[in-house]
This record gives sequence, structure tokens and C-alpha cells, in this order.
Amino acid sequence: MSGKMKCEAKVLSQELLSEGIYDLWLQVPFAKDVVPGQFVGVFPLNKATLLPRPISICEVDTNGSAIRLVYRVVGSGTAEFALYQPGDYMMVLGPLGNGFPLDKAAGKRAVVIGGGIGVPPLLETAKRLSKAQGSKAPAKISAVMGYRNSDTFLDDEFTNFAEVYVATEDGSLGTKGNVIDAMKEQDVPCDVIFACGPMPMLRGIKAYAQEKGIKAYLSLEERMACGVGACLGCVCKTKEVDEHSHVKNARICTDGPVFDADDLDM
Amino acid sequence: MNTSVEIAGVKLKNPVMTASGTFGSGMEYSDFVDLNRLGAVVTKGVANIPWEGNPVPRVAEVYGGMLNAIGLQNPGVEVFAKRDLKFLEGFDTKVIVNVCGKTVEDYLEVVERLSDEKRVDMLEINVSCPNVKEGAIAFGQKADALFDITKKIKEKAKQPVIMKLSPNVTSISEMAKAAEAAGADAISLINTITGMKIDIYKKKFVLANRTGGMSGPAIKPVAVRMVYEASHAVKIPVIGMGGISNYEDAVEFIMAGATAIAVGAANFHNPYATAEIVEGIERYMTEQGIGDIGEIRGIV
Ligand SMILES: Cc1cc2nc3c(=O)[nH]c(=O)nc-3n(C[C@H](O)[C@H](O)[C@H](O)COP(=O)(O)O)c2cc1C
Repeated sequence: MSGKMKCEAKVLSQELLSEGIYDLWLQVPFAKDVVPGQFVGVFPLNKATLLPRPISICEVDTNGSAIRLVYRVVGSGTAEFALYQPGDYMMVLGPLGNGFPLDKAAGKRAVVIGGGIGVPPLLETAKRLSKAQGSKAPAKISAVMGYRNSDTFLDDEFTNFAEVYVATEDGSLGTKGNVIDAMKEQDVPCDVIFACGPMPMLRGIKAYAQEKGIKAYLSLEERMACGVGACLGCVCKTKEVDEHSHVKNARICTDGPVFDADDLDM
Repeated sequence: MNTSVEIAGVKLKNPVMTASGTFGSGMEYSDFVDLNRLGAVVTKGVANIPWEGNPVPRVAEVYGGMLNAIGLQNPGVEVFAKRDLKFLEGFDTKVIVNVCGKTVEDYLEVVERLSDEKRVDMLEINVSCPNVKEGAIAFGQKADALFDITKKIKEKAKQPVIMKLSPNVTSISEMAKAAEAAGADAISLINTITGMKIDIYKKKFVLANRTGGMSGPAIKPVAVRMVYEASHAVKIPVIGMGGISNYEDAVEFIMAGATAIAVGAANFHNPYATAEIVEGIERYMTEQGIGDIGEIRGIV
């Protein structure tokens, strides 16, 4: 049914995108099945490691059967990934998770919002939204990105698909402050939100969406083990008892990572 | 070639099982593995009522393994019976239901609720989860408490009972003997070893629960030693687990005395692990000229 697999993935290219941020293209058999907002688990070869590293899918090349991962080096596993060269093979598990419900943007003014290393999955999201046809097409697509400083990444690529706004914590580029500050200052037209980023940002977006009476779909992150919904390691609190767990815990790796903000107890 | 093994009159087509809590009820891994290939599916611990489990983070990687403090989140036996057992109906494998509780009464309620469920071939009683505060672990750490709960469960249970033992004890032989004396049909070990991880930059515990159970390849030598000791202490079958990732590991446990083996954290690294281990054991037996898996059990 779901077509999940663990397989070898050939490295097509890898470059440094920004300080500590890498840009990797991998050839995988499941590229055509990927929904924006889904992720893969990448396994370090280091035998002392056990668990896959969850990394969101930034872009898909359906012709070339390839996916693009833009990730930050945060530990020994990702440090190993940064060493891979074109022609090398990595082990990946995917595609994982549910992805963004793009149909919710039909006829609406959609805004994709990314914070830091939460920006990458929104690129394919914006791209697919811009390709939607007829009644499925959004009325408008905007992208709001938050970074620490002017050392930004990927923001230039969103201009192909969306009206782009940037916020930086130090004010060195765009609006000084966070993504909500940018939304308010720039008066970004918004009927529906797709967002990924750190928890405080997502909480802020949920509050903003509630205040405006609009829908927000948030992609969450948590320490994971199996990645396929079996171990119950990566749960988040939900308002109602959920279908799978029968307690107020949903599995981020399979019921998410994308949730309707209204369903979450944040 | 005969790979089948028997535990309390239940015949498994091969000695490979899933370790409780690492495989759900098989649903999630049926994308990767043909469940019909497995000796048994051992399900995630189930209690009389739904349990919320612990706050996150619940998992952390450590050198050669992982820590978990899931806290036995489960939907309760009623939902489990209607959904998970129903799902397993279609498969030609044995089903072992892992049971957890906070009090003796909790355990007995689950055991009774399952007693007429045809799909349940055996019960595995988890008296050894290190992640639940309310005393359940005490059943697994004191021989007299273990004897007591085993006896009470045996009085009520209609299916064979496997007592799952904790490695966090002074003498595993003594615990194994207590379970046997109380009438357990088999024992399984090891559950996870209590561990801890600290983030030196955040200056905090990595797990919200502070401690977690360690599993994975790094615990294998400890598990092999305990399986060896336990299988020499008792006559009932021993199910071995702890760090098994490939057929070589599985054979090692069988040689230490295990009748069957279970694969846990290795599923997270390799979702095909269980089926690959079944094939690996068959290949090994052919290469080594072993006609019956029983020939190598406890051979060392
Ligand atoms: C995420 C996780 C959840 C577990 N949940 C249970 C459980 O519900 N009941 C139980 O008896 N053991 C549970 N265990 C313990 C395993 O069944 C097994 O005894 C232990 O992990 C050692 O095997 P391994 O090294 O192959 O993982 C769990 C282990 C892990 C890693």
C-alpha cells in the first residue's frame, strides 16, 4: 500500500549551501511517490549507530528519480553524511510520513512558512502549489522564511514559485524579528498556512492562525527511532484521543509529521 | 531441514520472533516483511486500560544501541483485541501477546480478557519494564514477588505463559528458577538494561524520563551470558533476546541455550531483519550440515 522501503541511494551531488548546511541530491526508486512534507530516514554507515536520521525532502526531480535533502550538520551522523561524494551510496528509508494537504490551498491565498532548517520541505510544497491547475490552484502563493541572520539559504529559490518575505533575528535582512513579525509588517495575504520550523515558531503560527480564523498545517519534529509508526517513540500531544493510540498521543512519523494545528495540544 | 521449535506444546515454524514493543502488532512492518515467514509475532505490551506513556523525548541513540522510555503507551486490551488481533488473523504465524500492568489485578484482567481469544497462542508477561514507575518492575526484581505474580497468572491463564525477565537483577538464575517453580511455561530474556544519557551542552538528561532501557547490539554479550545462565538454571524453554541483528547473533543465542530468539531494536536499523534472520539460519544449517535446529541448542 504505502511503498515504503529501505534501499541504497546513489549520491548525485553534494555541496555546502551555507554555514553547516548541506545540499544533497540522491537517486531513489520512490521519488515519484513523494508528497511534499514527507521525509526519509538516512542511516550512517558508522557501525556504532543504529537509528535512521529523519531528514525532510526538499525537492523532487521526478524525471531523474531523485530527491534533494537540505540538512544541517548537528551530530556525528549528519557529519558523516556531509562527507559523501557523487557516486557514493547511502542507505535510506522512505518515503515516510503524510506530507502537506495541498488540496486545502485550492482557491485560497496560501502561505508557506519556514524557520531555519524547517525551510527545506516548503520548497517542494511551494513548487507543487504553483503547478496546481484549475480549481485546485491557490489564488496566491507567498513564502515567509525566518533565519538567524543574513546567512540565508534557499530563499532565492522560492522566488520561482512564490512572493518571498524574509525575517532575520538580527535584522540584517528583511524584517527584524520572526516570521510572524514579517507577516504582520508586510501584511502578507493569507487564508491557509503550511509551516515547518522550531516549536516556538509553530506555537506562534498556531496562535496567529487562530486569531485570524484561518487554517494552519504544521510539520513537527521529535527524536525518532523506527520512523514507521511501530515504536511509539516520537509522539505529540493531541486535543482528542486519536484513532491509533486511543490516548491523546499521535505518532509524528506516521500520523504526521504534518498536523492540523487545531488538532494539536501545543 | 527442520527449523521448527516447540514451546509449551505450541509449534513455531522457526525460532525467530519479534521482540515486544519494537514491531507494533506487525502492521507497520508488514510493508517490509512477510509475517508468514516468522516463527511468532510478539505484540507491544498491552494493559487493561489505555496508557499514555511517558513525555518526549522518549528515545535516544547511544554507542551501539539506544535508550527508550516509551512508558508502555498502549490503547488498552479492548481495542487491541478488536483491531490488532483481528489484523493478525490472516497470518500463518504464532501470536504472543505481551501483557503489562501496574498491579497484579491489572495483569489478571488482561489475561482473563484474552483467555478466549483464539488468535492468542501464548502470553508473555512483562514484569521487567524499567520505564514505568508504579512498581511493575518490582515483580521482576524480587524472586518472591515474581513467584507470586506468576502463580496468580498461571491460575487464570488459558494460554501458555512466558515470563519476561529483567536483566537488572543480581542473579538471573534465581529469577528464572522462581518463575519455573511458580509454573511458568517458558521464560524470555533479556528486557532492556536501565541506562541514562546526559546532554553536556544543554546540561540536561536527554530523555524526559531521565532513565531509559538500553537495547541494541551493545547489550548482546550481557544477554548471551544471561540466556546461558538461565537455561542452565531451568528446564522450561528459554527465549533469548538482546542485541540480535543477524543470523550469526541468533545462532549464538541458540547455542547459549535459547529455544527461540527475538529481534528488537535491529528492526529500526533494518526493517527486513527478521525475515533475513530466518533465511540466514536456514543457510547456516545447510552449510553446516545441521538437520534439526535442536542439534545446536545449548551446544556450548
Ligand atoms: C522501543 C522499545 C519498546 C519496547 N517495548 C517493550 C514492551 O512493550 N514490552 C516488553 O516486554 N519489552 C519491550 N521492549 C524490550 C524488547 O522487547 C527487548 O526485550 C529489548 O529491547 C532487548 O532486545 P533488542 O536489543 O533486540 O532490542 C521494548 C524495547 C524497545 C527498544
